[in-house]
Amino acid sequence: MTRQSKPVFLERGTYRRRRMRDAAQLLPILGLLLFLVPLLWTGDPDAPATTGRGIIYVFAAWAGLIASSMLLSLWLTASRASEDEPDSDNPPQ
Amino acid sequence: MMNFNIIVSVCLAYVALLFAVAFAAEKRAGRGEVGWLRSPIIYTLSLSIYCTAWTFYGAVGYAVRSGLEFVTIYLGPTLVMIGWWWLLRKLVRIGRSQRITSIADLISSRYGKSTLLGVLVTVLAVIGTTPYIALQLQSVTLSFSVFSGAGQPAGSEQQLDTALIVAAGLALFTILFGTRRLDSNERHHGVVTAIALEAVVKLLALLAVGIFVVWGVADGPADIIAKIEATRLPEWQIDAGRWATLIFLSAAAFICLPRMFHVLVVENADERHVAMASWAFPTYLFLMSLFVIPIAVVGRTVMAQGNPDLYVLTVPLALGEEGLAMLSFLGGFSSATSMVIVAAIALSTMVSNNMVLPIWLSAAQGGATVSGDVRRAVLVTRRISIAAILGLGYLYYDISGGGEALAAIGLIAFAGVAQVLPALVGGIFWRGATRVGAALGLIFGFAIWGYTLFLPSFGTSFAMTAAVLEQGLWGIDWLRPRALFGIEGLDPVVHAVLWSMAFNSLAFILGSLFSFPQPLERLQGAQIVNVYEHSRAAPGWTRSMAEAEDLLITSQRILGADDAQELFRREAGMQGKSGHYPETTPDFIEKLERELAGSVGAATAHAMISQIVGGSIVSVEDLMAVADETAQIKEYSSQLEAKSEELARTAGQLREANEKLTSLSVQKDAFLSQISHELRTPMTSIRAVSEILMSEPMSEADQAKFSKIIHEEAIRLTRLLDDLLELSVLENGQVTLNWQESILQDVLDRAISAAGSAKAERPLEIIRDSERENVAILTDADRLAQVFINLIANARKYCDADEPRLSIAVRNRGESLWVDFTDNGHGIARQNRSVIFEKFSRLPDKSQSGGAGLGLAICREIMDKLGGAISYLPGRNGAAFRVKLPVAAAKAAE
Repeated sequence: MTRQSKPVFLERGTYRRRRMRDAAQLLPILGLLLFLVPLLWTGDPDAPATTGRGIIYVFAAWAGLIASSMLLSLWLTASRASEDEPDSDNPPQ
Repeated sequence: MMNFNIIVSVCLAYVALLFAVAFAAEKRAGRGEVGWLRSPIIYTLSLSIYCTAWTFYGAVGYAVRSGLEFVTIYLGPTLVMIGWWWLLRKLVRIGRSQRITSIADLISSRYGKSTLLGVLVTVLAVIGTTPYIALQLQSVTLSFSVFSGAGQPAGSEQQLDTALIVAAGLALFTILFGTRRLDSNERHHGVVTAIALEAVVKLLALLAVGIFVVWGVADGPADIIAKIEATRLPEWQIDAGRWATLIFLSAAAFICLPRMFHVLVVENADERHVAMASWAFPTYLFLMSLFVIPIAVVGRTVMAQGNPDLYVLTVPLALGEEGLAMLSFLGGFSSATSMVIVAAIALSTMVSNNMVLPIWLSAAQGGATVSGDVRRAVLVTRRISIAAILGLGYLYYDISGGGEALAAIGLIAFAGVAQVLPALVGGIFWRGATRVGAALGLIFGFAIWGYTLFLPSFGTSFAMTAAVLEQGLWGIDWLRPRALFGIEGLDPVVHAVLWSMAFNSLAFILGSLFSFPQPLERLQGAQIVNVYEHSRAAPGWTRSMAEAEDLLITSQRILGADDAQELFRREAGMQGKSGHYPETTPDFIEKLERELAGSVGAATAHAMISQIVGGSIVSVEDLMAVADETAQIKEYSSQLEAKSEELARTAGQLREANEKLTSLSVQKDAFLSQISHELRTPMTSIRAVSEILMSEPMSEADQAKFSKIIHEEAIRLTRLLDDLLELSVLENGQVTLNWQESILQDVLDRAISAAGSAKAERPLEIIRDSERENVAILTDADRLAQVFINLIANARKYCDADEPRLSIAVRNRGESLWVDFTDNGHGIARQNRSVIFEKFSRLPDKSQSGGAGLGLAICREIMDKLGGAISYLPGRNGAAFRVKLPVAAAKAAE
């Protein structure tokens, strides 16, 4: 029974790692979108956005990105260390 | 005010500390104890050279002038680091597998180890970096002047002295630790460790000033936010074009700046370090910029006037925090020096590997094998380059006179080095990118950058006249440097980046699309684009005429005698040879070239090896030969395949023939014994009966009876012999046919009556179709009748049904006339069908009819002679034979 259930676990692990890698690849795109958001705030001349809020937004987005990147990177490194997977962009599916 | 001498001595002490740290690290690495010297933390900290004095001091000034925009300079690199999986990971892998020594080396290597591109990128880098170095010198001298008593005008005698001393000191440090030896990995432990220390110092300095400002001067973050709102420092107005452009520009420069490429790729010891740096370095940037706005706001309130670029230094000083100011000064000093050191190393590597050496080698054809120690030449070139680069920086500072013009140079330099981006990114992701495209892109981008941004930055003092600036080159309106194609209103930086990158990319893509790469380019392109699939060098050396000794001599001059000999011995050992010299296999030469490339760059190593190996670089002919060989092998194997198929077919046919022969031979044996038996039986009875007749007197009746027996037996014998004779006549073609017109019905009638006469005791019902039988045919009626008789007689003899029935069906099939004889017996077993028409064949005979097994063989011979055929029809109920008469024979009769 244990012999049968083990590959299932590994398969899930590999799958999860692939998805984490996808997330790591998508993260900079998310970051770019977040960093471009302030451009949308300039349009309203009557109620100009305040510098204080802008600063808080930019730094919060920045910190969030860093945190996500850290989690993903630690996850990817840890899972790579535990399983020695051949490193390729297109691993055999 | 703090004593200027104290500042100088603290500064000197700090420099001494840096020297000591670098020296200790070198010592440690020399003993092979790399350990933490190559940890991901050190790697991350070494990236901090991105934060130069321009950002350490300048960010606050930038914030004072343009608000939040300063942050874009950090957001771009953050995105690049977070997206490490896309680009950095690949760059690092390529750098390691191809032994890349600089960004010029990468471009040169990717595009067929091209010297031209290497030189182009190097020149671009030098032009882009020199003002930047001047900027660092300026910031250091400015910070000194803050302590030495402000008020001296920029560019004063004392400031110039300071700048000169700093430049000389930096040159000394860089030469000492950057060119100690020629390392084939191009790694500088001492320098990197010192830089890491400086990174910590500058971060701590900025954080300390920031914390002091937020909690010491103001009442915490909320107060700062309130202050920001109150002062409305700069109005919250983001120039959308600049915001997006600067994010792009800083991201591009982060990769393309020679010094950044050096620490990111060349000094990288382990790919996994990038994973950690991907979040740790953005964190560093985050912390570096966290307090910029608070310092700017507080600076504005504390200092009524003064250069906002120096708030980091002047605010603590003005508030009496001299220790903090000291720390801040060291932070700024660290920022400036670390940048200058790495930039000088990176540039000197580029100058020596991608400019001086290739040109020197091509000037001295064959000289590489004769002249002295290349290592010394390389090191001397680098030392001179370092001194020259710092000298240029100083000169630039001196000539430009410092001030605002210089402060703007940061972004201008970014835009200049970003011109490498299309060739770089295109080169590592697109196999179609070619040398021509890369060169065109670089030249176009560089020219437009120079015309629209770099030269105008000097105002009218250098190269550009007011007329050109106002009215465009030669008075052509749409050539105005600040408004190309007449498009006005763009920010100068945005304008220059937009046009230069657009034309750069366009020229790069079009040039690549419409040019044809050289073989080496294509090989390198495949190697670099698909670096994850095959992390080995380009198979450049197809055949070798090199002597191992020549190679060793050259290698010694680059790697050093011990290392080179060790390398050769190791290789010889791996080849299973005992001596010092390995076989000069292509594999070994490739390995050696990469080893050398680690010291002197790909283009140089390639040039040197090809001088020795005899220029056996890959030619189109080689490639074609390889392709030909492959095609030939494929052709050959497909021929083999066809041949083996044919063989299999022939073997099958042979096997069939053999089976047939074997069965024929068995039949012949059986026939011979049969015929002997057949001949012997009547002979025996004839002999016995004749003996009776001779020996004793007997009655008339008995005599008649015995005579009849003899007669009958003689007839049997005659019939057998007749059959044999007839067959042999038919087979030998000696038969003469009596062609005449007759009616098929008549022939059948004759045959039936003839066959019916024998063995009348077994009644055979014959079903016929008289209407269809009424066909006139041209044939030998007697012979045809003989065939029919035989078939009818066979049916009579062998049909084993209780009520034997034979149907004779005639069909006219246009081309031929078919006459089918079908009985209702069991037919002929499948395995016997193939032999029934053979002579001597004789099926297991139940009725002992005494046939000799020649009937059907005779029929076949006759039908053959008559131009028709006879065959067995399978799948009928009973034995069925089809006689085909050619229609010509039938028609001719009509």
